[in-house]
Amino acid sequence: MKEIIWLGRGGQGAFTAAKLLGAAYTAENSDKYALAFPSFGPERRGAPVRAFTKLDTKPVTDRSQTEKADYIVILDDTLYSPQLKQLLKEDGRIIVNSKSDIDGALTFDGERISAEFRLPTVNTVMYGLLVGLSGVVSAEDAIGSIKGYMPEKIQERNIGALGRAVEEVLS
Amino acid sequence: MSRKFLSGNEAFAEGIRLARPEVISAYPITPQTIVVERLSEMVEDGSLRAEYVHVESEHSALSCAIGASAAGARAFTATSSQGLLYMAECLYYAAGGRFPIVMMNADRSTALPWNIYGDQRDSLSQLDSGWIQAYAENAQEALDLALMSYKIAENKAVSTPYMANLDGFVLTHTYETVDIPDREQADRFLPPYETDNRIDFDNPKNMAFSAGPDSNYIFKYREHEGVLAAKAVIAETEKEFAEIFGRQYTGLTESYLTEDADYILITLGSIAGLCRETADKLRSRGVKAGVLRIRYMRPFPNEEIAHELKNAKGYGVLEKDISFGNEGAVYTNVNSALKKAGLTIKGGNFIGGLGGRNISAADIEGIFAHIADGKDGVHFLGIGGSDNG
Repeated sequence: MKEIIWLGRGGQGAFTAAKLLGAAYTAENSDKYALAFPSFGPERRGAPVRAFTKLDTKPVTDRSQTEKADYIVILDDTLYSPQLKQLLKEDGRIIVNSKSDIDGALTFDGERISAEFRLPTVNTVMYGLLVGLSGVVSAEDAIGSIKGYMPEKIQERNIGALGRAVEEVLS
Repeated sequence: MSRKFLSGNEAFAEGIRLARPEVISAYPITPQTIVVERLSEMVEDGSLRAEYVHVESEHSALSCAIGASAAGARAFTATSSQGLLYMAECLYYAAGGRFPIVMMNADRSTALPWNIYGDQRDSLSQLDSGWIQAYAENAQEALDLALMSYKIAENKAVSTPYMANLDGFVLTHTYETVDIPDREQADRFLPPYETDNRIDFDNPKNMAFSAGPDSNYIFKYREHEGVLAAKAVIAETEKEFAEIFGRQYTGLTESYLTEDADYILITLGSIAGLCRETADKLRSRGVKAGVLRIRYMRPFPNEEIAHELKNAKGYGVLEKDISFGNEGAVYTNVNSALKKAGLTIKGGNFIGGLGGRNISAADIEGIFAHIADGKDGVHFLGIGGSDNG
């Protein structure tokens, strides 16, 4: 099973990204299963939010929060802390949206891409970076999830941002 | 059939859309809100033709559903926690009036301390209200229960309201892949509601009347018979469901590796998956562990539980409930089933997940260790051990 923890702030769309990844993974193949859920509670703008995606080739029946992740994706670098490494598998990686370097994490300036596509949030950029780095889903399936689960009027810009983020990693 | 990535609430709403209720009375409460939001969108976009009634409280939500059902309409409402408790008076009216209303309850903790997270103290406090009570484990089962619920509740021999329970957040707000049946298949499975138990100007009758000491007990006996009749109707309905949709459910319980199990953990709702994974892990170490998931608390699976446990050395009941001063309601019911069957197996009660507290794989391994030690009594997970809260 592949497990991804998403960290963001209320309003940044961390859970949307978690959900899109689950939808992309299970899109067409009936032998693939996913769960996606947020850290539960009242929704408050700006408050730290966690979200989880679990991907497997058999039904995912463990609904508890991920204790050891393959990837931790952080949408806001003020939420990074070195202790997060305890939540990683041995070969797990942390991906952070940040303009500065962070020791032990892969950093990308996600806002540069989101600004280019006039998006107020970096969630689909970080989704694209994860897709490029991990290959857990194809870029095509990731785009399909945006088409299936995001409002039509923001699909194009988000697909653009996702595609650019995937390129960023693969180039 | 179409596949979608949906939350438990959304999946349940899809099932209700296919069931074509004619009246929906709605009052939102976390974590139920999304199911009534989705239904209102479906009514708005015309994909569900129903009277959508915004009411001012849960008491009114169920009163409205009772009125609709008394007019011969298929009625739906949904609630959670304090909302369920606030409508408690009406639960008994609906059951006593033999109105086959379907209600989704998002299982949530009860105040005080105030808490919006999942446990099962709300619905389990209403076991005596006369409703059928089902507990879903995942979003697919939630959707399928929504569709099956009306067929079971409206069966003439049953004619009893039906409460479908979804664990708050862990099920209501978790997204997973769900197969949504075709409209045509759903219509073939579930015909429109027809009943004589309704207001009819051509055939006037007295409804929702009072009955004194000389006859009251007869109505109560009939109510009891109605819920018991659901046992056979649930089995028939699941068979028909499997024929049309290809998914076979297993009646009042679902067993996992219980056949040769020494130690059986009995539980209900969405935690069952982690229990089964833990049983697998223990099996790989040579411990004969099994899991019995209760799908229906009413009618209660007395015979099924006794049958599954008859060769076990020990059992445990894991539930998100406590009846203060005694034990969890599920444990009480399970022990009664064993006593009636003449079984004397040791078993303990494990209270966990109250107020949404996480139940971990380690917790469940600990429960199996307790069971193997032959311990009985009531144990609160996280209290009294090394992990003290």
